[in-house]
Amino acid sequence: MMPPLARLAALALALAAAPLAAQERPDRIVSIGGAVTEIVYALGEEDRLVARDTTSTYPPEASTLTDIGYIRRLSPEGVLSVRPDLIVTEAGAGPPEAVEVIGSAGIPFVEIPEGFTRDAILQKITAVGAALDVPDKAAALRDQVATDLRRVGAAAEVADKRVLFILSMQGGRIMASGTGTAADGIIALAGARNAVTAFEGYKPLTDEAIAAARPDVILMMDRGEGHETARAQVLSHPAIASTPAGEAGALVRMDGLYLLGFSVRTAAAARDLAAALETVGR
Amino acid sequence: MSALAFEAAGPIHTRAAGDRSRLARAVTVALAVLLAGAILCSLAIGAAGTSLWSVLAALARGESVPLADSVVLWQIRAPRTLMGIGVGAALAVSGALMQGLFRNPLADPGIVGVGAGAGLGAIAAIVMGAALPAMIRETLGYYLVPVAAFLGGWVSTLVLYRVATRRGRTSVAMMLLAGIALGALAGALSGILVYIADDAQLRDLTFWGLGSLAGATWSKVLTGLPIMLPALVAAPFLARGLNGLTLGEAAAFHLGIHVQRVKNVAILAVAAATGAAVALSGGIGFVGIVVPHLLRLMSGPDHRYLLVNSALLGAALLLVADIVSRTVIAPAELPIGIVTAVLGGPVFLWILFRQRGVLDL
Repeated sequence: MMPPLARLAALALALAAAPLAAQERPDRIVSIGGAVTEIVYALGEEDRLVARDTTSTYPPEASTLTDIGYIRRLSPEGVLSVRPDLIVTEAGAGPPEAVEVIGSAGIPFVEIPEGFTRDAILQKITAVGAALDVPDKAAALRDQVATDLRRVGAAAEVADKRVLFILSMQGGRIMASGTGTAADGIIALAGARNAVTAFEGYKPLTDEAIAAARPDVILMMDRGEGHETARAQVLSHPAIASTPAGEAGALVRMDGLYLLGFSVRTAAAARDLAAALETVGR
Repeated sequence: MSALAFEAAGPIHTRAAGDRSRLARAVTVALAVLLAGAILCSLAIGAAGTSLWSVLAALARGESVPLADSVVLWQIRAPRTLMGIGVGAALAVSGALMQGLFRNPLADPGIVGVGAGAGLGAIAAIVMGAALPAMIRETLGYYLVPVAAFLGGWVSTLVLYRVATRRGRTSVAMMLLAGIALGALAGALSGILVYIADDAQLRDLTFWGLGSLAGATWSKVLTGLPIMLPALVAAPFLARGLNGLTLGEAAAFHLGIHVQRVKNVAILAVAAATGAAVALSGGIGFVGIVVPHLLRLMSGPDHRYLLVNSALLGAALLLVADIVSRTVIAPAELPIGIVTAVLGGPVFLWILFRQRGVLDL
């Protein structure tokens, strides 16, 4: 901890000339993306944050930070208004014009690579640690998370479960996850199988495709509506009702950022998912 | 049908427009002042605490301006303000031109499907641009999206006009129906492209559809303005022709107006202005219909004043809406399309309510 006077001086320097301050250790950081913000908190570096984006909802304390908007719709002036000396972001921050303008203000802009595997999580932690100039803390966190991830083992009966991840059911139209998504990654991590592998990304599925996918379990994000309401809605959908999942009433719902964030809590999320897959529908 | 169109225009147009030209000129002056004020506010107000005055004072004293402040002013607020002026003027003038061309105060590029056509062009360029031959992509560069939006707007304007016009007469009901069909078609084709788009493009397109000036950079502004500017400059020269057209095409012809030339130039101008505006800022609704209509109520339908005043008021209105959009939830931003639709929706309903007897559709 710097003495207050030195802190003040550093702050004054940062306000006076952002590019100069960049050579100091940044302490006015904007964290963009739920996964990145979680890592910053897990590193214990949250005191250096000045703002976050809308998707950074965990830990709950993060909501006290200034919200600079949605990750893909950043307002350059909004970002600059919090006088950051470092911006750490998940992949996909934009629009590109905004990123270009922020770069022209001389503020370092570090993009953390995205990925939905064990290794990707560890790489994210290393990258955030490097950006924040706390490599030792990052290495420790990395080891701890790696150990945690190794302990995620699936029970044998989970391995045969076909899981259908439903992103949304707008007007009865089902948006499901194919391969290459965070949902696909977490299903694999929990030791189960994705029921839909015919396409990449999230796409609407026809009722016939849902029947053909023969899911044993439906996986969804918990959006805060009552569990029974959601359950009734999903399982009464005609296409789902006729699948093994529909017949057994097998529906698992988990918090979106916890389930799909691929950050420090992912090992726990995978364990929770594996446990839920094992018991659901019994 | 032409009788209907004539009657529809009647109650507005028979109010001795000549008597109001002094008023209209006064309105022009007032709007110019309003726009100047809006420009100053747009440069002075924003999420960052940068003060326009202190920067100007520093410049006047020959001192250097902190990099962050100079970026906020010259790289963010200045191009954004210029883009707001261009897009607002383009949308309002397009609306006024369409309404003059169709002799109907309810025509608007957004409502009759031209905006959807331009949007389709832009979406196609965003999603499929990578599939184009490298030569075309490299030649067009930054211009690819605006040019595609322009083509989309132009084609839908042409189709609309062809369908709605028979033996030199433009049918109001046909125009609205054809516009709905065109809008649906463009929407469906956009939907196919959205289906092809990957997850990242998808989320971008959602926000793009709500409209925003947040992406303003000098390169974008300097790309869009050369497409808009000829349309805005050409518009006042169509005033006499459009005034003549209010009497019907036959009467206009006998007044010595090159009816077909006026129509062609107007269509081209609408397509260019709408196409470029949509490409730069996404879907911004209701400026094109609310602005000309307010001005007609205020100072009469004479196109000599209506077109210029529409440009001024459209620009001022969009700047004000943009200031609201970037301050109300700062440092985050509300898409400007939401602001204009929230302001414009009720006004449009009010227009419909007042004119339902006159229109008799």
